[in-house]
Amino acid sequence: MPFATEQPPPGRVGLRRAMAAEWTKLWSVRSTTWTLIGTAVAVVGLCALGTGTVSPSDIIDDPTRRSLIGVFLGQLIFGVLGVLVMSAEYGTGTIRATLSAIPRRSVVLTAKVLVFGAVALVVSEVLAFSAFALGQAILSAKHAVGTKAAAQQLGQKIPHSIQGLLANGSASLGQAGVLRAVVGAGLYLAVLGLLALGLATIIRHTAGAISAFVGVVLVLPLIVEALPTDLSNAVARYLPANIGLVMFSTQGVPDRVASAFSPWTGFALLVLYTLVTLGIGCWVLVRRDA
Amino acid sequence: MIEARGLSKRFGNVVAVDDLSFDVRPGTVTGFLGPNGSGKSTTMRMIMALDSPDSGRVTVSGRPYHELPWPMREVGGLLEARSIHPGRSARAHLLTLARSNAIARARVDDVLELVGLTSVAGKRVGKFSLGMGQRLGIAAALLGDPGVLLFDEPVNGLDPEGIRWVRTLCHTLAGEGRTVFVSSHLMAEMALTADHLVVIGKGKLIAETSVADFVAGSSRQSVKVRTPAPHQLADAVTDAGGTVISDPDGSMNITGLAASEVGELAASLGIALHELTPVASLEDAFMELTDEAVEFRGGS
Repeated sequence: MPFATEQPPPGRVGLRRAMAAEWTKLWSVRSTTWTLIGTAVAVVGLCALGTGTVSPSDIIDDPTRRSLIGVFLGQLIFGVLGVLVMSAEYGTGTIRATLSAIPRRSVVLTAKVLVFGAVALVVSEVLAFSAFALGQAILSAKHAVGTKAAAQQLGQKIPHSIQGLLANGSASLGQAGVLRAVVGAGLYLAVLGLLALGLATIIRHTAGAISAFVGVVLVLPLIVEALPTDLSNAVARYLPANIGLVMFSTQGVPDRVASAFSPWTGFALLVLYTLVTLGIGCWVLVRRDA
Repeated sequence: MIEARGLSKRFGNVVAVDDLSFDVRPGTVTGFLGPNGSGKSTTMRMIMALDSPDSGRVTVSGRPYHELPWPMREVGGLLEARSIHPGRSARAHLLTLARSNAIARARVDDVLELVGLTSVAGKRVGKFSLGMGQRLGIAAALLGDPGVLLFDEPVNGLDPEGIRWVRTLCHTLAGEGRTVFVSSHLMAEMALTADHLVVIGKGKLIAETSVADFVAGSSRQSVKVRTPAPHQLADAVTDAGGTVISDPDGSMNITGLAASEVGELAASLGIALHELTPVASLEDAFMELTDEAVEFRGGS
């Protein structure tokens, strides 16, 4: 170009440049820091509450799950960040600058998914491991009683086949299923952030997208619970929140999910939901006027 | 160079742009003139591939916008004021755009300097005045040092000094050989800023001409007159077939008679004239041309 002060590099605007721009964008607004702090407070704080209030008479059936339960609160705040990554562009009009700079819209969305997804994954895993470490430290300091000790105290003979299913009062990463559950909690949180981003790409409005996200993770389970039992049982295992519960439990199926999917099958399903949502979002983004 | 051919766009039942074709050439300032709601912004958005036309096509430097390898290095656009996240600093906003098009970081400070925002570069945009927001939008447009510039209503919200700054900037950019396309609904502003005009109304092309030809071609010329005997002159003008409109400031606007005819009429009746000015304003020409094509009228 005759006016370019410097020679343009070869090639064209692509994913690498788009990701660099998204990275700068993500960290140049305060809402990112605040929502991440909020998520951390929710995940770790609820863990401290859930484990710190254990009384000697409580029997902990899954100490790992007990320490990770804050993920259910954290996902709501984390979802807001996922929504804002896209909806703030529409709310403020930045989308026009973004799409003028990078007219290939699928590249813009891909860059957002990769940059936010990477940040989300790192933050989620750090939070999951932190909550686990804190929670187990508290439980062990309180000499919490697990199902195994409880059963032994009652003097019951435990069939060998279910010995492995009984929990100690506190867990360590070396025990069966524990590492998977902690990693799974982080994965669940990260993928839900991306699901929120996908919803915002379709809906474009912050309030609308947050409502939809809350609807999926909080309201949908209430509706399903209100259905006739056999129908409710058939549907419950497909819900993101129930998939999440299985993902960060070490063993057994939580009461409210009959015939739950295995943790990894559930996770695959969650990824599928997210990909479909992002796919529809991409289609909408490319087709509709900005 | 911008080439639009048969551009059409409708929103529901409303035809926003209707079979619009025009060229915007380098080296001059081309004004894009039309009443509010006539389709100027939609056209500019179609040039930058933010809206897709229902039919027709528009190219920049011979290519559709979305095929430009580094769009910001070829086209700079200021579309609608305030399209910047209020929580982001001016510098961060520009840095984001610079990174997307592989533009050197140093250029960010250059354009901030150019638009006079260096001292507030680190401030959040939400605290900016409308005028500062416009300057930041112009800085973003200039970031890639592009050969084509699109400014949609750039003087909106600017103070007189800011307006003159934009005007000078447009002339400078065009003088460097760039293509400068500036929209406005203010005809007087266009008369001072633009060399060429693309005039639209109701989304249709009304005229594509130079500013001088546009004014000269206007048939509705009026004569502004000041006299100590307004009633006497008004009667005489009316008898001679002219129309008189009294302005609140005491002057009279006469149409239907040439200035020379008004002068001779006054002389023949011995009426003193304090002012006799033929008025052929762009505004009149514009009103005349768009009269049939105004989408929204005032209450009167």
